[in-house]
Amino acid sequence: MLACSELSFSYDTKKTFNFPSFSCEKGETLLILGNSGTGKTTLLHLLALLLKPNSGSIKIKGKELALLTAKDASQMRANHLGIIYQKPHFVNSLNVLDNLLLANYLADKKQSKTQARNLAQNLGISELLDKNTSILSGGEQQRVSIARALMNNPDLILADEPTSNLDDENCNKVIELLENQSKNIGAALVIVTHDQRLKDNFKNIITL
Amino acid sequence: MLFKISWKNILDKKLNSFLCILLMTLGIAMISLLMLLGKQLQDKFAKNISGIDLVVGAKGSPLQLILSSVYQIDNPTGNVFLDDVAAIAQNPLVKEMIPLSMGDNYQGYRIVGTNKKYFEHFKTQIASGKMFKGNLEVVLGASTAKNVNLKVGDTFGSSHGLDSEGEKHKESNYKVVGILDYNNSVVDNLILTSLNSVWNIHEHKDENHENKAVDSTIKREITSAIIKFRSPMGMMTMPRNINQNSKLQAAVPAIEVNRLFELLGIGIEGLQFLAAVIMLISGISVFVSLYNSLKERKYEMALMLSMGSSRTRLFLMLLLEGIILSLLGFIAGIALSRIGIYLISNALSKKFHFNVSQFSLQTGEIYLFIGALLVGILAAAIPSLGIYRINISKTLATE
Repeated sequence: MLACSELSFSYDTKKTFNFPSFSCEKGETLLILGNSGTGKTTLLHLLALLLKPNSGSIKIKGKELALLTAKDASQMRANHLGIIYQKPHFVNSLNVLDNLLLANYLADKKQSKTQARNLAQNLGISELLDKNTSILSGGEQQRVSIARALMNNPDLILADEPTSNLDDENCNKVIELLENQSKNIGAALVIVTHDQRLKDNFKNIITL
Repeated sequence: MLFKISWKNILDKKLNSFLCILLMTLGIAMISLLMLLGKQLQDKFAKNISGIDLVVGAKGSPLQLILSSVYQIDNPTGNVFLDDVAAIAQNPLVKEMIPLSMGDNYQGYRIVGTNKKYFEHFKTQIASGKMFKGNLEVVLGASTAKNVNLKVGDTFGSSHGLDSEGEKHKESNYKVVGILDYNNSVVDNLILTSLNSVWNIHEHKDENHENKAVDSTIKREITSAIIKFRSPMGMMTMPRNINQNSKLQAAVPAIEVNRLFELLGIGIEGLQFLAAVIMLISGISVFVSLYNSLKERKYEMALMLSMGSSRTRLFLMLLLEGIILSLLGFIAGIALSRIGIYLISNALSKKFHFNVSQFSLQTGEIYLFIGALLVGILAAAIPSLGIYRINISKTLATE
């Protein structure tokens, strides 16, 4: 599903990030561990096609994506990627349901309320659909983020420190949900984190 | 969805949005009100002078003569002898001379002595009763009849002067014999009678009036006369001739009204300029509001971009916010100007018996609509261009 080899990226001339090669199959989960400053978020942005690597290749379903134009990359993101960010951010003026539907809309897909309701059901946030996102707790917000990432049935889900702001109980719940939902739709899941609590949950681990 | 997001964003910042809409509303309302008022005054003034070529009266301000004799709003310039006016009317260029004699009122409504030609000029129709014939018989204009609550057969005592507080003529009463149909002209607010009635009612009291005591002879006086010419030739020669060679004054309504509107026009233009400035400030407030919100919502924008939205779509979303704000302002402004017109109309009709009522959309307001839209689009477009400069990765990583 996802295969990266010899990615490198530099924000300026002083420091260049070189990432190891890795791959992740359909339904599998890959945990990328690393401390601050090791380029975790950079790697995630490279995978999310938000940044262009200096060299190396990113293949999703065998298609080379590293050199896509900004426009193609944005289309690719909308159709094949679901991204979960460290801090759950939403469009503040919209309620939870509309924030979920927004994912459909921005990807130019039909807005599916059924899909939103099903995901909400699976993630245990059904009662929150008509609430404003700003009044949710951290765990709830992260679950809404997961639901949003799954709205377009992506092939690859990228999660950037999805648990760093959560307590142990919520951390486990969120990871469990994330893994289950990804398996459900047959997507590859890549989690980038420094959260050592997750180490025991996964077999495929890369340390930066 | 795009509209929904824009609309929710507007609702999310109620105070900011309210300020933008309020300013736009005020600007639009002021301009629209001025347009309506100016147009209606002009219409009214133009309608009442149509067909009147010249007004002859006592020397004084020509504008005052026109206002008092044609529009019945200002005080008359004084009295003139009927014989002098009749002499002018002998001129073969004169087609018609309509004498007017003012001096009394009933509850603020002017009693005007004249003859049948005045009715013919305004093409009035009797709604009930008949024309005046005998002494002290009067015919009421439609608005007068409605507002003073008199009907055919009633009698009333007039007050001297043109204010309702004037001294009462107690010894003789006028009798209402007819009521006119609505004519949408100055006649609606008058009480009309024969010249003789006006002369008669004042004869008994002449000894009380110092100015009239001197020459209470057989020479009859009138206030002014409306003159119509047979040909435009009369216009060329007569006003000048009368003003130079007689004790009378001749005033051309068209010229005086134009002058009046030139004077009024400066005021209206000044106010319209002020209103345009308010609209501009509204635009600036849309600008500032969107500029700030774009800064606050930078992460939100980056997020939507990372979710696959094109930059142009987000640009349109912000543009839509500006357009919605200015449109709401426009609608509220137009509504406000109609309320304003209604209130002004009420006030004017009480004070001057002058009715303005025009509630339909004016052609000028279509330009106003385009103007408001442009202000909204421009004010929203400039800050919204920032969308094209957002670095998605950097914004998502740092905020």
